Amino acid sequence: MKRKAFQAALPHTIPIAVGFLFLGMSYGFLMRSKGFSVFYPMFMSFFIFAGSMEFVTVHLLLSAFQPFYAFFLALMVNARHLFYGLSMLDKYKNVGWKKCYLIYGMCDESFTVNCSVIPPPEVDRSWFMFFVTLLNQVYWVSGATLGALLGYVIQFDTKGIEFVMTALFAVMFLNQWEECKDHRSALTGLGCSFFCLLVFGSGRFILPAMVLMILCFTFDRKKEERETKREEIE
Amino acid sequence: MTVMQRIITVFAVMAGTMLTRFLPFFIFPEGKTPPKYIAWLGTVLPHAVIGLLVVYCLKDAVFSVYHGLPETAAIGFIFLLHRWKKNTLFSIAGGTIFYMVLVQNLFV
Repeated sequence: MKRKAFQAALPHTIPIAVGFLFLGMSYGFLMRSKGFSVFYPMFMSFFIFAGSMEFVTVHLLLSAFQPFYAFFLALMVNARHLFYGLSMLDKYKNVGWKKCYLIYGMCDESFTVNCSVIPPPEVDRSWFMFFVTLLNQVYWVSGATLGALLGYVIQFDTKGIEFVMTALFAVMFLNQWEECKDHRSALTGLGCSFFCLLVFGSGRFILPAMVLMILCFTFDRKKEERETKREEIE
Repeated sequence: MTVMQRIITVFAVMAGTMLTRFLPFFIFPEGKTPPKYIAWLGTVLPHAVIGLLVVYCLKDAVFSVYHGLPETAAIGFIFLLHRWKKNTLFSIAGGTIFYMVLVQNLFV
């Protein structure tokens, strides 16, 4: 049963393996270039297991000690998981002890596969999702560790390498832009964040930006509801 | 930061991350459905958060000497690469190398 589920899960994770090894390696390499030993990227990629937040944590570890800020920043940056969770309430039902691990390892990529791929009928669904999650985590931790080890061997001017994080988000933004016809939410995110950055400064803009975004969305939704009601009456 | 402070920071980040993953399952245990408004937020927020993350990455660059000029140039370059090849990893690698060349040679 496990073998079959593993064989069904593996091909779905191959593209993720390429991406995770590459990104994980750049993350490990970045950590190493900032002077952290290989154990940092190894344990951080294992325990946090949320790519974007791990990149952000590099900044956090290099600035003053503010654990509460770190906690709330993690909440904000990973708030999307809340919505992944809401979408997976049904799928992660009746999977027994594996549920805990499935939730723990629910990164963007594992969510995407587990949410959209329906395994063939002869394959056990819970083991399939378990292996998707496990394989992804193995790729990510190996990538981060390898990257850091590489950082010991290869030496070159790494100034500017932290831009890999910006590049990652910029490309994610472009991908989303093309996949989704309605650009309002992407623009709202960009606009609210930039506005709050200018108003509140770089240290304190995330929380107000999140609040402003939710307000904008809610206002927009109310407006749409009124319009559809009016159309119905007419 | 001392090693202990680093461990606490990593732990705080982990706790925050795990809270976002586990919370929905605690609030809505098997058999309960979330309200429509929350479910709807779940469809629009993920797109907006990516925009927030882009701005987060640029937060210090905006107030620096060059006011984010090398960053803007590199993002423009990523945009072109991405239109050309539509390959996520290629665009990320190309953009990062371009930026590194910029800040190591032009914007020193």
